[in-house]
Amino acid sequence: MQAFLDIFDVYLLEAVINGILLGGVLALLALGLNLIFGVIDVTWICYAELVMIGMYAMYFMVQYYGLSYFIAAPFTIMLVAILGAALHYLVIAPLLTAPPINQLLATGGVLFVLQSFATVAFGIDFRNLGIRLPVLAFGEMNFSYARLLSFLAALVGMIAVYLFMTRTFTGTAIRAISQDRQIMALMGVDTRRIYLVTSALGGALAGLAACLLVLQYDVHPFVGLSFGPITFLICVLGGLGNFIGGFIAAFVFAEIISLGGLFSDLEWGYVLAFAFFIVMMFIRPAGLFARRR
Amino acid sequence: MMVQGRLVAWTVGLAALVALPFVYRDPYHLHILVLILIWSFAYTSWSMMGRFGLVSLGHGGFMGIGAYVTALLWNHMGLSPWIGIPISMVAAGVLALIVGYPCFRFRITGHYFVLVTLALSGIVLQVITATRDYTGGSLGYTPSRTSGNKLLALQFDDKTTWYLIALGVWLVGIIVWHLIDRSMSRYALEAISEDEDAAAAAGVNVTAEKLKITLISALMTALAGAIYCQYQMFITPDTVSGIAVSLQMVFAAIVGGLFVSLGPTVGAVITILLAETLRIGFGTRAVGWDNLVYGVLLVLFIIFLPKGILGSVLDRLKPQRKVPRAHEQEAVQIARPGA
Repeated sequence: MQAFLDIFDVYLLEAVINGILLGGVLALLALGLNLIFGVIDVTWICYAELVMIGMYAMYFMVQYYGLSYFIAAPFTIMLVAILGAALHYLVIAPLLTAPPINQLLATGGVLFVLQSFATVAFGIDFRNLGIRLPVLAFGEMNFSYARLLSFLAALVGMIAVYLFMTRTFTGTAIRAISQDRQIMALMGVDTRRIYLVTSALGGALAGLAACLLVLQYDVHPFVGLSFGPITFLICVLGGLGNFIGGFIAAFVFAEIISLGGLFSDLEWGYVLAFAFFIVMMFIRPAGLFARRR
Repeated sequence: MMVQGRLVAWTVGLAALVALPFVYRDPYHLHILVLILIWSFAYTSWSMMGRFGLVSLGHGGFMGIGAYVTALLWNHMGLSPWIGIPISMVAAGVLALIVGYPCFRFRITGHYFVLVTLALSGIVLQVITATRDYTGGSLGYTPSRTSGNKLLALQFDDKTTWYLIALGVWLVGIIVWHLIDRSMSRYALEAISEDEDAAAAAGVNVTAEKLKITLISALMTALAGAIYCQYQMFITPDTVSGIAVSLQMVFAAIVGGLFVSLGPTVGAVITILLAETLRIGFGTRAVGWDNLVYGVLLVLFIIFLPKGILGSVLDRLKPQRKVPRAHEQEAVQIARPGA
């Protein structure tokens, strides 16, 4: 019995730490989505599909053109950033004055486009980079190196965005616009340019997430559906547009998934996370960290 | 005159639809028609909420419950679909109330509502996949063939019967749509979608009205799922539940026209014919192309034709209503007699 408990505790600790590592990547995903929502007041339903395209970009650059991982990564980030800007320019900008639901549904259309584009262009095979990163053994616990790397890179990415938002003029303008849309235009800030920059930045974060996720998961056209919904839930739970809330909610969700997966199948971890989300919506409808009215 | 003419048109159209399978028996075309009718019913159910600004991405979940509960009760407990379908509808209705009540009570609207319902269809999909010992997981599920009474098991081999069943169900959907269109609820819900606080101030019970329409919509969507399951005799989590199905409903309803009764039907005709044409024309190479075309169309429609095909066509056909404007002018003159 004692031996069983020892093993159990090690697994538990391992699951907790793995949850934290998973939380890093989820927080990165949520940050990009929150940025878009907070500034432009649009939900990109197709956000995870941008990540999927980024993962394919990584796959092809590394596997077919033989680029090294660290050279391919900046290109991927740039590519997805351009995609994000294009998405805003082509789809969101014409709809800015339309009801918000229309914008959301239009990005739903883009989700279809990206998913089926990947199906048509790359087929439905599962592909992976073929990079096997070593497993880090720490005492009796095993951690995948890929997860650790992702976690660190996600942290660096988030700190970079934080510095950009607080230390540069453009970042300040972005934060100002998220506080008051109309007045900033009167103050001489070109809102269209800020929107485009924000979309590109959101895309870049998706690109960074793609570079990290491709290390851990196989890429296929529907991979977006496996972490897309979770990302939205994290953003809503943290309060749409609330960066700190999204950051904390990401870790809460990751722990639920990781621990739920420990006791049963991984799907039940997701079910638990979804159920937790719905319950939380009843208790704190405006997000975990909304100020009480 | 106008009403009578419309009634005659509906009667003639219906008679033609009922007579069709007795005159024309090509099984493939009948199959396509049955699919169109079933999906039209599902899309119509969705549009009942969608037209009032209640955009739900949870309908994939309701449809999945309708299909899986009916099939599971039949396979594991031998419960006839005649009992199983009402049970599955009740299950979906209860779920809709559980999720809907707090949403409406706490004024979760817009993006938040969409994302909460998205979580709902996510849960249903994951539960179906996770309980793979019972539901077959993502490999799909087949209601076992009956050896006894076919009527009791609601399993028919000939397409004509299914065509008539689907036609009947579809007609019920259209009738419910019209009943709601004529009811006070419609005005209440339109007021709510314009401005919730103002509607509440004017004496509309916002939560009750929204719950009512959500419940009706969920029940009908579950029925659509159950009928689809009984007809196809094979369901997978991806074809009857999940976010993709929810988005498909949104897409068809919007392309056809969200605000007219036959809009979702037109949407179903367009989407299914498009998918079938591509499938026949290109075979396996067409995998993905139909969704690619859907997606592009969806974006274009929302940007350029938000009323959908049928809605826009009807707008063109209708004589431009100038009456209200003239009325306003008069009112202004009465108010300012000197001007």
